[in-house]
Amino acid sequence: MSDIRHNAGAAGALAPREYHLAHEPHPENGTSLGFWLYLMSDCLIFAALFATFGVLGRNYAAGPTGKELFDLSLVAINTAFLLLSSITFGFAMLQKQKKNVSGTLTWLAITGVLGLCFLGVELYEFHHLIHQGATPQRSAFLSSFFTLVGTHGLHVTFGLIWLVTLMIQISKHGLIEANVRRINCLSMFWHFLDVVWIGVFTFVYLMGVL
Amino acid sequence: MFQSKEIRGPAWLAAAALIASLTGCSKAVVLNPAGDIAAQQGQLVVTATLLMLIIIVPVILLTLLFAWKYRQSNTEAEYDPEWHHSTALELVIWSVPLIIIIALGALTWISTHKLDPYRPLDRVSETKALAPEIKPLEVEVVAMDWKWLFFLPEQGIATVNELAAPVDRPIRFKLTATSTMNAFYVPDLAGMIYAMPGMETQLNAVINKEGVFHGLASHYSGAGFAGMTFKFHGLSNEGFDAWVAKAKAEGQPLTRDAYLDLAKPSERDPVKRFSSVEDGLYSKVLNRCVEDGKMCMHHMMAIDAAGGEAYMKAAGLNLPQDVCTVQNADRVVALLDQRDQPGAVAQQ
Amino acid sequence: MSGNTTLPNDPLIGRISWDAVPMAHEPIVLWTFIAVVLGGLVMMAALTKFRLWGPLWRDWICSIDHKKIGIMYMILGLVMFLRGFADAAMMRLQQAMAFGDNLGYLPPHHYDQIFTAHGVIMIFFVAMPFVTGLMNYLVPLQIGARDVSFPFLNNFSFWMTTAGAVLVMISLFLGEFSTSGWLALSNLGNQSGSTGLDYYIWALQIAGVGTTLSGINLIVTIIKMRAPGMNLMKMPVFVWTSLCTNALIVASFPMLTAALVLMSLDRYLGTHFFSNDFGGNAMLYVNLIWIWGHPEVYILVLPAFGVFSEIVATFSKKRLFGYTSMVYATVCITILSYLVWLHHFFTMGSGASVNTFFGITTMIISIPTGAKIFNWLFTMYKGRIKFDLPMMWTVAFMCTFAIGGMTGVLLAVPPADFVLHNSLFLIAHFHNVIIGGVVFAVFAAINYWYPKAFGYKLDVFWGKCSFWLWLVGFWVAFTPLYILGLMGVTRRANHFEDPSLQIWFIIAALGAAMIAAGIGCFLIQLVVSFFKRDQLRDESGDPWGGRTLEWATSSPPPQYNFAFTPVVHDIDAWWDMKKHSYQRPLTGFQPIHMPANTGAGVVISGLSLVLGFALIWHIWWLAGVSFAAVIVASIIHTFNYKRDFYIPAAEVVATEEARTLQLARHV
Repeated sequence: MSDIRHNAGAAGALAPREYHLAHEPHPENGTSLGFWLYLMSDCLIFAALFATFGVLGRNYAAGPTGKELFDLSLVAINTAFLLLSSITFGFAMLQKQKKNVSGTLTWLAITGVLGLCFLGVELYEFHHLIHQGATPQRSAFLSSFFTLVGTHGLHVTFGLIWLVTLMIQISKHGLIEANVRRINCLSMFWHFLDVVWIGVFTFVYLMGVL
Repeated sequence: MFQSKEIRGPAWLAAAALIASLTGCSKAVVLNPAGDIAAQQGQLVVTATLLMLIIIVPVILLTLLFAWKYRQSNTEAEYDPEWHHSTALELVIWSVPLIIIIALGALTWISTHKLDPYRPLDRVSETKALAPEIKPLEVEVVAMDWKWLFFLPEQGIATVNELAAPVDRPIRFKLTATSTMNAFYVPDLAGMIYAMPGMETQLNAVINKEGVFHGLASHYSGAGFAGMTFKFHGLSNEGFDAWVAKAKAEGQPLTRDAYLDLAKPSERDPVKRFSSVEDGLYSKVLNRCVEDGKMCMHHMMAIDAAGGEAYMKAAGLNLPQDVCTVQNADRVVALLDQRDQPGAVAQQ
Repeated sequence: MSGNTTLPNDPLIGRISWDAVPMAHEPIVLWTFIAVVLGGLVMMAALTKFRLWGPLWRDWICSIDHKKIGIMYMILGLVMFLRGFADAAMMRLQQAMAFGDNLGYLPPHHYDQIFTAHGVIMIFFVAMPFVTGLMNYLVPLQIGARDVSFPFLNNFSFWMTTAGAVLVMISLFLGEFSTSGWLALSNLGNQSGSTGLDYYIWALQIAGVGTTLSGINLIVTIIKMRAPGMNLMKMPVFVWTSLCTNALIVASFPMLTAALVLMSLDRYLGTHFFSNDFGGNAMLYVNLIWIWGHPEVYILVLPAFGVFSEIVATFSKKRLFGYTSMVYATVCITILSYLVWLHHFFTMGSGASVNTFFGITTMIISIPTGAKIFNWLFTMYKGRIKFDLPMMWTVAFMCTFAIGGMTGVLLAVPPADFVLHNSLFLIAHFHNVIIGGVVFAVFAAINYWYPKAFGYKLDVFWGKCSFWLWLVGFWVAFTPLYILGLMGVTRRANHFEDPSLQIWFIIAALGAAMIAAGIGCFLIQLVVSFFKRDQLRDESGDPWGGRTLEWATSSPPPQYNFAFTPVVHDIDAWWDMKKHSYQRPLTGFQPIHMPANTGAGVVISGLSLVLGFALIWHIWWLAGVSFAAVIVASIIHTFNYKRDFYIPAAEVVATEEARTLQLARHV
């Protein structure tokens, strides 16, 4: 409607003002900001776990240390899987930009496979450690190691579940606005996990061994 | 009528605090204690309160004044609905509290360093200096479930739920606990300090008057917490010697087994005295290796600092047996104590 | 430890057994249970008789309307307040009796649960819901929006908080509650086999998820959904305090989550984060939990400050003094609150330099806080103050909180704290600021905004009775505690030896009785007002001469809040509109885009409740199933893309026409 929704001021009062717009404003979408804030809160949880590792990380209880336990070549493979998966996710995002559903799904699938490989290697590593007696219950160092790295792994797992769900939703509905918002969020999540991993392998593995 | 009830609260508190301190009411022990450190701390409470009342009293008075003066029915008072800013006033509002906090901050810096529980005493009381040749009385404190165990290494005795010290002789406490975080507090003596398992804290204090003073646990530690009280006796030198002699005469030896028996949970224990203490028992308690076969914490920490299990293997030792058996304990301990830093035990 | 027995473990029902049912051997619990069951039956009968189940589900439980959710938070807070206060009354009674040979009527194990439950309930399930409820109700209205940014998440947050509260209530009848204090500071629970600490952990973790999400929600709402023209420095002060509060929530609750996760790992898996041996460090827990704990109390008090800012301006008929400095003060307090946590454990032996740093940062917070008090003071100056109940609460707050703040700065001097830490002086201090600040603010806010929410004012007589009983009762209850603290008496004790202390505890108990009467008067106020609602009706929508946008709507506001989004030109937007003789538009209404109700929130929260329960009782199969169900239900919810609808223009027209008639009648 072309009505101007204000009225002439009453006689004698202050000059009238416009208190409504001609067209109803639509509030900006807050999904990315909201998800970013959630990610920052998640970052704080990791910060607490890093701090815990910082405090307890040399308390071996006369047990095995990082130097003895960590196989850096395995960690390197792991890291490669995860970092590569970030790159492939980036390719998926480029396909999304071009509104190419099949391209997006393909790169998402590859990302998922790389993520699964990462998890597989990590589970293998944990299994090996526990088999040797280096359990989370052995010392505070191992408790904090398993918790920090394990929490990261759990986040990757949730990310993969989300990835599969989103792939189904994109193949069902296409790259509609809602799905674009979701893949933007998952993208932030995935790269965030990558950054945390860089912290983990630096602070835990490299500094523990070298 | 309205104002009087508003004033009631703050006035009540001010009056109570005033009465408590002015009448030298010994009940308000925080403000009127029998030991120098506690006295300085109590003095700080008063000083800090007075500094802040500089702001608080005007604030409360002005609140009540404005509430009354600018009430709706008082049409004579000026009404200025558009007055909502004054740079000058803002400057005052921010800077006056700032100045007071700067003063309080300076006081805080000085007093916190001076009254640091770890800091050895530099005077006996306000009027008495510390003679340099006087050695402090050493007391080792173990907070247990739910009683206090005191070792007096110089005298070679130990007591449960009772402690004594000669008047005007500095006391150096070293504190630890058996199972959970605790706090040691004798209000007449000094402020409280936590006592924690596997860690050692320190407290320096002195008692300036003879008397029987109340001691308690001031950090909740479980079901028996409320009963975890003891008597602290300020005694003359002769009185103290007599107290020590009593323990030596009446008490049993505090062996490791007696200790382990004592460490079992119990509440409201009567006073116990021990005529002698097994060598190195407190150190074992602190390092959580009173029981056979348990690795002492300072050894564990030394191993960790040296490289953990790998270090032990490199030194040709098997864990944990080699560290805890009698046969080669000397060799192992010597190896480890070389690398043990003094005070590594105080895990702060 | 602590008289706990190791519970059996059955593959089907985990640790549950008849031993775990305390009412089988404790009369107090038995009678409480009977009362709860009877009360519940009466309520369900009433709901059935008046056929309210349908509306209850559709219009309230599934509602994503921020106004309804806000009201539900307030109801949750009120119900839990009664439980938390009952705990307080029991404590006062025990401490007034238990001297010398008299051990009181509560055995230590029971008393220890009561003081723990009192703290946990009051902070997590009373103060937080009240504060969250107020922010939920008011922020969208005050910024000229129709709802929050994430309405479903809002509903979900509420039900997660409620699930946490339900777990705490279940602990009364099955198992026991924690005995470790409201922050579980002593690493006692790790060694005990009882369920108490597990109830604590899961109630807080579940509620914590709700709170963190709510924090994110409100920040995004404030940043993204303000009405055109309302830049940040034109927002109402309550919205500023909400923004800072929610920033604190998002920045601090993850620390609580982490600390509780580490504690649960110690309990469930035998890890060594906080144990005495194998390298654990109990001091780490103390640090982590207080890094959360201190911002938490500012989360509680900042909205209170916001409430008072609104009220003092409205009832002084004058713009808030020093708006800019209020905003800066709020932001300063927010940042500083993150730098002071060690003042909760000066006595842990951190050394003079560390203690001094934290002591000084703590003192510095008093500067912006003082600035706020002065700004309220100078809003009153040269105002025309009407002493309706909200303003009475405000003046009471200013005097009471000032003293509480003073004792706080006093405790910030480390050597002073060495003699007062954990004493009843400390208890008096924090009750002084929480009751004087947060509780007084909640009562002020309820009296102020009740007409907006429900369409009628609250009865004044019973409100004044409640006010005086609370104010006098508070001072009678807590001044003795200040005195006892100066006498060296410590907290959480269930028995005392020195009979000369008893008189003070008796006085304190009398104060508690007065407060109880004050609460009773408040409940009567609610009931009486409901029956007198026609006489107390608010037709104008602006019964107090308000200054902010919520007063531009009807009482209660329509579902869509504003038929047309307002444009803001100045601080105190509604006052500005009134000054410029704003006329409500009467034509041109459009269909309004609104979010749709959903049951997903209560379902996922219910499943989380089952998960928490299963983990507490070690019913592993149920834990696995409910965990999977939570994931599946969440995924199913994401497949729902139809989450909105349009209110037809005709309905808007009808609502607005009714409003026009109402306003005409009121003139």
